[in-house]
Amino acid sequence: MIRYLKACGRTLSSLRLTVVLLGLSMVLIFFGTLDQVHLGIHAAQAKYFRSPFVFWQPAGAGWKIPVFPGGYLIGTLLFMNLVAAHGIRFKLAAKKIGIFFIHAGVVVLLLGELFTGLFAKESMMRMDIGTAQTYSEAPRETELAVIDTSSNEDDLVVAIPESLLARATVIQHPALPFTLKIVKFIANTALAMRSQAPNSPPSLATIGIGPSVVATEIPRTVKQDERDLTTVFVQINTVQGPLGTWLVSNALGAPQAFTYDGHTYELRMRQKRYYKPFTIKLVDFRHDVYPGTDIPKNFSSRIRLIDSRQKEDRNVLIYMNSPLRYSGYTFYQAGFDNNDKTSILQVVKNPTFLLPYIACGLVGAGLLTQFSMHLVGFLRRRRA
Amino acid sequence: MKSWRKLMPWFVAALCFYFLIAFLFEGEPKAGYALREFSRFPVLLNGRIKPLDTVARTSLLILCGKQSLRVDDGQSLSAIEWLTELMARPEAADDRKVFKITNPDTLGALGLQEEENKNYSFSQFVPRARDIERQAELANNVEEQLRTPFQRDIVKLYERVTLYFRLKNSLQVADTDDFQAEVEAYGKTIASGLPITKSASNSGPLETGSDAAQRFSFLAQTAYFFPVPPASQSGKPEEWKKMGESLIAATKETGIAPPARAYAAVVSAYRKQDAPAFNSAVAEYRAWLREHIGKTTRTAQLEVFFNAFAPFYKSMTLYVLVFILACVSWLVRPGALGRYAFYLLIFGFAIHTTGLLFRIYLEGRPPVTNLYSSAVFIGWGAVLLGIILERFYRNGIGSATASILGFLTLLIAHHLSLDGDTMEMMRAVLDTNGWLATHVVCITLGYASTYLAGFLALMYIVRGVFTSSLDEETASSLSRMVYGIVCFATLFSFVGTILGGIWADQSWGRFWGWDPKENGALLIVLWNAIILHARWGGLVRQRGLMVLAVFGNIVTSWSWFGVNMLGIGLHSYGFMDKAFPWLIAFMITQVFMMALAALPGLRPKRAK
Repeated sequence: MIRYLKACGRTLSSLRLTVVLLGLSMVLIFFGTLDQVHLGIHAAQAKYFRSPFVFWQPAGAGWKIPVFPGGYLIGTLLFMNLVAAHGIRFKLAAKKIGIFFIHAGVVVLLLGELFTGLFAKESMMRMDIGTAQTYSEAPRETELAVIDTSSNEDDLVVAIPESLLARATVIQHPALPFTLKIVKFIANTALAMRSQAPNSPPSLATIGIGPSVVATEIPRTVKQDERDLTTVFVQINTVQGPLGTWLVSNALGAPQAFTYDGHTYELRMRQKRYYKPFTIKLVDFRHDVYPGTDIPKNFSSRIRLIDSRQKEDRNVLIYMNSPLRYSGYTFYQAGFDNNDKTSILQVVKNPTFLLPYIACGLVGAGLLTQFSMHLVGFLRRRRA
Repeated sequence: MKSWRKLMPWFVAALCFYFLIAFLFEGEPKAGYALREFSRFPVLLNGRIKPLDTVARTSLLILCGKQSLRVDDGQSLSAIEWLTELMARPEAADDRKVFKITNPDTLGALGLQEEENKNYSFSQFVPRARDIERQAELANNVEEQLRTPFQRDIVKLYERVTLYFRLKNSLQVADTDDFQAEVEAYGKTIASGLPITKSASNSGPLETGSDAAQRFSFLAQTAYFFPVPPASQSGKPEEWKKMGESLIAATKETGIAPPARAYAAVVSAYRKQDAPAFNSAVAEYRAWLREHIGKTTRTAQLEVFFNAFAPFYKSMTLYVLVFILACVSWLVRPGALGRYAFYLLIFGFAIHTTGLLFRIYLEGRPPVTNLYSSAVFIGWGAVLLGIILERFYRNGIGSATASILGFLTLLIAHHLSLDGDTMEMMRAVLDTNGWLATHVVCITLGYASTYLAGFLALMYIVRGVFTSSLDEETASSLSRMVYGIVCFATLFSFVGTILGGIWADQSWGRFWGWDPKENGALLIVLWNAIILHARWGGLVRQRGLMVLAVFGNIVTSWSWFGVNMLGIGLHSYGFMDKAFPWLIAFMITQVFMMALAALPGLRPKRAK
């Protein structure tokens, strides 16, 4: 038994395994890069790197088989290999101090990437000059918002995330006096006016703008600058019976409203929102170009940060390579739109963002130590 | 015999010196005309203030791929002479064959006969203008990456014709007979305070009776560059004006800006082939420039010197020479020839370094800012490391490997320079000297050292397979060199990649996004780590090390060029379809060399 364990330890700590794992990760990264052309960067990331296996699924099939180890598996094995090597093979000697630092840095890098994958949240803030916002929006996920607008002070919002819409049939929420039946969910839609497509099948919608629109399912987009247009057919059921079936989509501009029991409700499909305990107001946006060209020289957003908890109220300039870090969030200048009247900020919450910085220090110090020791040894031998 | 040996170094040194400074003795491009002085005048183009010389050279590069024009009688026309002629006497320039067209489909679509040197003139296009425009419009509707070679070529041709047309209408409306007279008359009208109506000279291509304002606004729209500077050194780049803009902006109080007046005089004098008038107009404007924007003028002058010096072409020539010398030295006289090769390599490297320093000063940026400068810098780094190796081992291997890499990377740089000005302005996200100086320099040195290790390994394979010159001593020194350089490559690519991640965290909000360029850099780190671990674990010995190192060439080329060809990701610098076959060919040769090394025949000879 002990012999068996020892052999296991030897294999796990061997350089051979290191080389094999590094080789496998190269293959994984190469194909993970190539596939981005077809899948887009986010889907490829999920399929190759943030997964224990790379699965192969024939088009239209309901099953899939693992064909290659994914990022999580290779990462875990590399981690174990490294730890085992230091536990079993390595003797802590002054000569190896550089290697030790490099490996510690690699461990921190691997952990950093794992934690980022698990905990980091990316969202966007899209603001017109002069407007204020207390939330950011998910770039790719949508939600169905049911908004009770009857009160003069605050709206009451029930937001149903896309993931729930895709699998649920009936949704009941204590804040709503009715249930929502999801008749059909379409992840990405092309909308057309019925008048322009007279031969299309009848709509599932019975009320609102739905009956006059044709919704066709199209493949999800792989382009980074495009969004899926989510559409859902939702039937509102009250104790007195159904009120009708609405077509709700983020391809539609205006929300659709209905009244029930003295309250007015709005139905709206929108990007999923993350509310913040502070407010950001876009004071100004600048987009400078080099004279006589359209090469961008600088983008910058001047914002006002208002946080009543901290009694903070100050102006901040966010520009390229100079984000605002506040309350665990980081705000980056990401883009612009609408003839330079709209600024788009990327909002990132990554509690472990410091890990790569630590790793950089460890690896840099380790490589330098090891390299200098080699060089000094080499020069000394030549002189002798 | 002895005296010959003593004199030889002096002779070589004198030759080198002449090679270095010969360009200073070149005469005026056109006898009697102060064209050289004219070429130093600063103008604003693509956001950068540069001399007319650079405008002329880069435009000619875009049009025909060369920096000077061969004319029928075997003579060559310098870029500045061609540009001056185009701006002042377009009817003569239109017959010059400046458009290179190699695509047979493009020629077919335009109904042109294939000519010997594949060069065509603007006059030949005039009757076919509608065809070019229509074909380019059709092609423009197709997404860039999906275009056929013909569609890409016709779009390029359309852009080139547009560039030509804009250059022609930069200083005056093309075909104006006496622009100076027109400008002077216009000046008088302004001074009198009368409204601008009929212009003095109506002989231009616009219909008679059109007023000066209309002609000038045409000029303001069409002109390619901004020749009229603000009147003081403190003026911002935004204040540079096009010829037409400056003339329209003239009021009774300001009068016509002296630079606009000067350019009008220069153009008219050249048109009338009046050399003394041309020279005095140039001298007068030069005096104005010195007085008002002296610093800008001196920088522009330095750039003209840099253009004429052409340091990278000089070091390319030297690297070829070094490579030949080093190879010959293995067969005959190792000592003396090896030394010459080494000194010439240092000379070439010194010129290479000077060129880099010039660029750093002119751009005010760290050495690597775009793909072109990355090629120049990879060559520089590889040559530097090669010199260090040669300094230790003194067996010609460092010289030979460094010189071949220096030559190849500068050749790549030359081809990348055909797209126009290599000192472009930096897009917003890249506009940070700190990261350009650390992350980009580290990554590029990582490329350089990985290539150097790969090419050292190629030396091992070539000498071992095709010659009998690979003895055990050479083999083991090569193996130590490759190992040392791989360590070095790991250091730079690893640190460079992590620094890149930190930059990404600062500007995009994530350390690592699995973007193609990031993955490419990671592949290099992983590959170097594999080489090191395989060696430490005894999985490979000398020959295996060489095979692995050669594969490093493939990995690096993929990261440097391959990922850009995917046309996706945040780092993509544009699709480079032309380079694709070359990349594939290079990779195939590397696989072939690896296969050769795996043959049992490769074994170092026993030392005698």
